[in-house]
Amino acid sequence: MTAERIPMESGPVTAMDSIQIDAAGLTTQQLNDLLRRAVADGLKKIELRNVCGQRYIGTDLDQPVEIDIYGTPGNDLGSFMDGPRIRVHGNAQDGCGNTMNQGEIVVYGHAGDITGLSARGGNIFVRDYVGYRAAIHMKEYQEQKPALVIGGTAQDFLGEYMAGGTVIVLGMELKPGEKHRARFIGTGMHGGAIYLRGEVEKYQLGKEVGVKELDDNDRAALGSLVGEFARHFSYEAEGLLQGKFIKLVPLYLRPYGRLYASG
Amino acid sequence: MKTYLPNRFIVERDPARCIQCEVCVNQCSFDANYRDADEDEVRSREENCVGCHRCVLFCPTRALNIRRTPLDYRENANWRPEIIEDIIRQAESGGILLTGMGNDKAHPIYWDHLVLNASQVTNPSIDPLREPMELRTYLGRKPDSLTVEPGSLALKTKLAPQVAIEVPILFSALSYGAVSINVHESLARAAAEMGTLFNTGEGGLHRKLYKYGANTICQVASGRFGVHPDYLNVGRILEIKIGQGAKPGIGGHLPGEKVSAEVAATRMIPKGTDALSPAPQHDIYSIEDLAQLISALKEATNYTKPVSVKIAAVHNAAAIASGIARAGADIIALDGIRGSTGAAPKIIRDNVGIPIELAIAAVDTRLRQEGIRNQVSLIAAGGIRNSGDVLKAIALGADAVYIGTAALVALGCTVCQQCHTGKCAWGICTSDLRLTKRINPDIGAQRLVNLLRGWSLEIKEMLGGMGLNAVESLRGNRLHLRGVGLTDTELEILGVKMAGA
Repeated sequence: MTAERIPMESGPVTAMDSIQIDAAGLTTQQLNDLLRRAVADGLKKIELRNVCGQRYIGTDLDQPVEIDIYGTPGNDLGSFMDGPRIRVHGNAQDGCGNTMNQGEIVVYGHAGDITGLSARGGNIFVRDYVGYRAAIHMKEYQEQKPALVIGGTAQDFLGEYMAGGTVIVLGMELKPGEKHRARFIGTGMHGGAIYLRGEVEKYQLGKEVGVKELDDNDRAALGSLVGEFARHFSYEAEGLLQGKFIKLVPLYLRPYGRLYASG
Repeated sequence: MKTYLPNRFIVERDPARCIQCEVCVNQCSFDANYRDADEDEVRSREENCVGCHRCVLFCPTRALNIRRTPLDYRENANWRPEIIEDIIRQAESGGILLTGMGNDKAHPIYWDHLVLNASQVTNPSIDPLREPMELRTYLGRKPDSLTVEPGSLALKTKLAPQVAIEVPILFSALSYGAVSINVHESLARAAAEMGTLFNTGEGGLHRKLYKYGANTICQVASGRFGVHPDYLNVGRILEIKIGQGAKPGIGGHLPGEKVSAEVAATRMIPKGTDALSPAPQHDIYSIEDLAQLISALKEATNYTKPVSVKIAAVHNAAAIASGIARAGADIIALDGIRGSTGAAPKIIRDNVGIPIELAIAAVDTRLRQEGIRNQVSLIAAGGIRNSGDVLKAIALGADAVYIGTAALVALGCTVCQQCHTGKCAWGICTSDLRLTKRINPDIGAQRLVNLLRGWSLEIKEMLGGMGLNAVESLRGNRLHLRGVGLTDTELEILGVKMAGA
């Protein structure tokens, strides 16, 4: 199962503190091994070219390095990641930012299912849409507060079991009058907040979710994250903040507190 | 609402011995003993007694005894008292009945129907007092074949990471938050002293126990509590928890009142919030997805640690185990229907899953048939009560066993099944600081070390008696087992012959 390690000299070309790695033909393990060594060598900017499905990119990196990915990274991009800033010049697949602790993932395209699953920290910006179960069981801890900003829309179970953090759905792909399609939004949610621009019907929301109007604090939080989103993708933040946002919050901090009796 | 539940226990207080010292009042965390202010006398509220024996054992004058209430219902094999009282409880609460510990029902306990062999005349037994006995077990994926350098005989095959344990007994997953920090520390220290491992469970590892990382299995469960890079790197083995024997197929809810500041810091969630573990891991809906998390964990730790996958023993455990082995796991932990828990719906604890003995045999048989038994180590859990059970599990096909309840009993647990209340009078399954200090890690670790030492000595005696000098020689060696009082089908699944055959 274990692949032969590739000697550093034979692959990448280095210049100062940056490096370009041609990922064509590399296995997941080979690519991550190169990344691990590049970071250990103190490199700060890493460019991955011709990425094609390699998984877990950035997973055990704990430095604030910048990684630019060209091509299509595979599942679990940045899972368990602790610090790097990844830009995907293409689409991300499933599990992007899975159980991430710190760092940033910017996707210049769309991302698949379970984007930001169980993330505890860091920011994920997806220009287009995300798949099913995005931000499921996202949490927060002390000063760590993850955020997932989605330019387009999301599929079912968005924010299910969400325990903390912020999700913003901007609905940019929706045509006038078109509604978000996700159902079971925030089912079992018991922390954090989802800001949604555009319309949803009540039946699309989980039983444990309440709808609130935004207050000044919400607008400040929204403004800051949407501002960042706009800078990444060269949009006008002002335009993105127009239109009606709703805030989805947990109705109960203990959604399942009344489920049980002592036997 | 007036309760129709009768008392379960009677507290007998001998007035001739009671010195009104109130030790029983202070020791009882269920408020079953109190001082009556009007009469200025220590009395009992028997409706609160759970039968944990804390007061009995701490009464300085031995004035107390606890007995089951003699209140009888009319005989009825169908409508037994427990069934009637569960209905009353639900009629008064409207909830899912929670309970703690493992299945207490009279499902067949196959350990009690299996007997071990011994040498007589035709091959000599070995005296462990004068000959070396090997209990060391290596956990991890073994290669299909080995190649060695001709001449030097150096190993050329690159081995997957292996973890040596000096006794084939590990401490089962008990999460911090369900059990107290002092229990975790007792387990960690005992594991370190005995050269084995303890399992964090799904609640993370307190920073002060990181120094025991070499003796720690770090669990990754659906809630991903406390899972961060330091945690993944500190342990010796990583374990993906898919399920547990006490509650196959469902998740867990640690109520907010058990999430103290320290528990919150270790789980990395805000204090006082419910810690909800969803039923599935939402990135695992298939064997392929499982393979992905296994690989992600290996990548995250640079292929330095074996990855274990723990499942509850269920009907298709053998086929699932095959998938787990093929997904790249190094270890499979199988937890049978008698496995314990800090809290589970009673109806699930008592009705879901299969006995561990049958599961070990089925999984071992299946993996051998497929020629992949070497690819995984098998750890059996759920109802291992003594060293005899350990050896029977190994003879059926396990590499090692997890013990949970037995370890807690060593710490004082009397299996009163009140874990879910968070009021454990023995200070084990609680985060109430007044109670948790009842476990002293110095004493706790010593009691656990003593238990493992005693079992190790017994295992050596039994192995020697069978003419074996290494526990690895017994693994899957079912000829050393015979069945008593079992049907042909049971014998066939267990892969053992009837005693006498």
